[in-house]
Amino acid sequence: MLDDFLTRAALGGVGTALAAAPLGCFVVWRRMAYFGDATAHAAILGVALSLALALPIFAGALVVALVMAGAVTALSGQGYAMDTLLGVMAHAALAVGLVAVSFLESIQLDLMAYLFGDILAVSRADLAVIWGGAALVVALVAWRWQALLTTTLNPDLARAAGLDPRREELVLTLALAVVVAVAIKVVGVLLITALLIIPAATARPFARTPEGMAALAAGIGATAALGGLAASYHLDTPTGPTIVSVAAAMFVGATSVSRVVGRV
Amino acid sequence: MSAALLSTEGLSVGYGATRVLEHVDFHIDRGEIVTVVGPNGSGKSTLLRALIGGLAPDAGRVRRAPGLRIGYVPQKLVLDPTLPMTVARFLSLPRRVAPAATRAALEQAGVPGLERRQMAALSGGQFQRVLLARALLEDPDLLILDEPTSGLDQPGAAAFYRRIETLRAETGCAVLMVSHDLHVVMAASDRVVCLNGHVCCEGTPQVVAAAPDYRALFGEGTAGTLALYQHHHDHRHEPETIDEAAPCSTTS
Repeated sequence: MLDDFLTRAALGGVGTALAAAPLGCFVVWRRMAYFGDATAHAAILGVALSLALALPIFAGALVVALVMAGAVTALSGQGYAMDTLLGVMAHAALAVGLVAVSFLESIQLDLMAYLFGDILAVSRADLAVIWGGAALVVALVAWRWQALLTTTLNPDLARAAGLDPRREELVLTLALAVVVAVAIKVVGVLLITALLIIPAATARPFARTPEGMAALAAGIGATAALGGLAASYHLDTPTGPTIVSVAAAMFVGATSVSRVVGRV
Repeated sequence: MSAALLSTEGLSVGYGATRVLEHVDFHIDRGEIVTVVGPNGSGKSTLLRALIGGLAPDAGRVRRAPGLRIGYVPQKLVLDPTLPMTVARFLSLPRRVAPAATRAALEQAGVPGLERRQMAALSGGQFQRVLLARALLEDPDLLILDEPTSGLDQPGAAAFYRRIETLRAETGCAVLMVSHDLHVVMAASDRVVCLNGHVCCEGTPQVVAAAPDYRALFGEGTAGTLALYQHHHDHRHEPETIDEAAPCSTTS
């Protein structure tokens, strides 16, 4: 059954959506969208490094995403507003990554595949990486769920309860880097943040609890992945952007419905 | 000294080059109600954050009684509108609690039956009580409240203080409170600590109000009066006797 490229693409898309959903909720709750962008854009530099050093793309992207996240954390509180700092980092990382890729003349490189994903080319090995990474992220977030929520509400509340907010933030950063590394193949570095944020934002009006929102976001993300795949197959459109377009359409629909019906 | 739940010795804390607290010796004992007052920027919130371990001291130390359980009520909890949260779910953070315990804590905090409401839909007073209920679920030896009555009107603050007094009587937990109001402190305070970068004076509410340091610090606008919190606005069944002792009649 895995011989069919469409089946592999569907499994890859759903796996990525499931990993992105709960993490995406934290990205929304903690207003980390730009942070996600910076981490994702940095991954293109990781791709260049991986190709130059003949390493797996996943490993290179993961390492550079982690370095980026660490750099942002270290630079925060140095006098710049966080969105300025992240704006600098996100775009600098993308630009430097693209320059780095241009040095790799010897390698036949389809840059578009890394910028916007190439889900139809997902291999069995890619599927193993995607589902392995997704399982890791979901396990990590599930394990730290209560502590992450408390830290998100108020760091001092977490401290008074004996938790270390910095450790929980590190957990989120790590999970974000893994999602980025996993999602490159599916939607590419430019659209990873969309896969994190749009399902979570779509789920918000219909959720009463954080868990409800995460579960709903996972369902919405998976639906968008499958719907986008089907649409791109019939319309002959690029798959990654089509998946994000479907998610965006669901967001518009959900927002309209909640406006009419009123908050649940 | 051994009775202290939480104490500091020579505590100095700062942000970067700015020292906020300088050589603060502070302690709170089992079952005690202590109110910390001080002008803006005097380091009240910094002291609380250092006490709960959120800030590392530059010098000195913070001692906690072994196994100390702290129930913390933050000054302000801004709930991001994107985060859906029922009261019951909130009360299960960071430790999951049974529905019966949730119900009991809400009753104890004076807001029974709110479990299914969204946090965002609560009034200021209800929100503050729910924060208190969450702190109570920690089964605390020490309740720490950071300006708990800011945002409440006077009857609201009165009711909140009464609730705290009742809780102390019922559970025997100590209460450490920072007051945003320099002139009105909870009458049941065993001690008032007046902070201005250092402990400038401390004692019973009456002693502090009479202290020259306190008058020097707060004397300007209010002629150095400490209007003790006395429950006389809306409270009938508790005859208060400290009215006479309180130097609160010289307000201009």
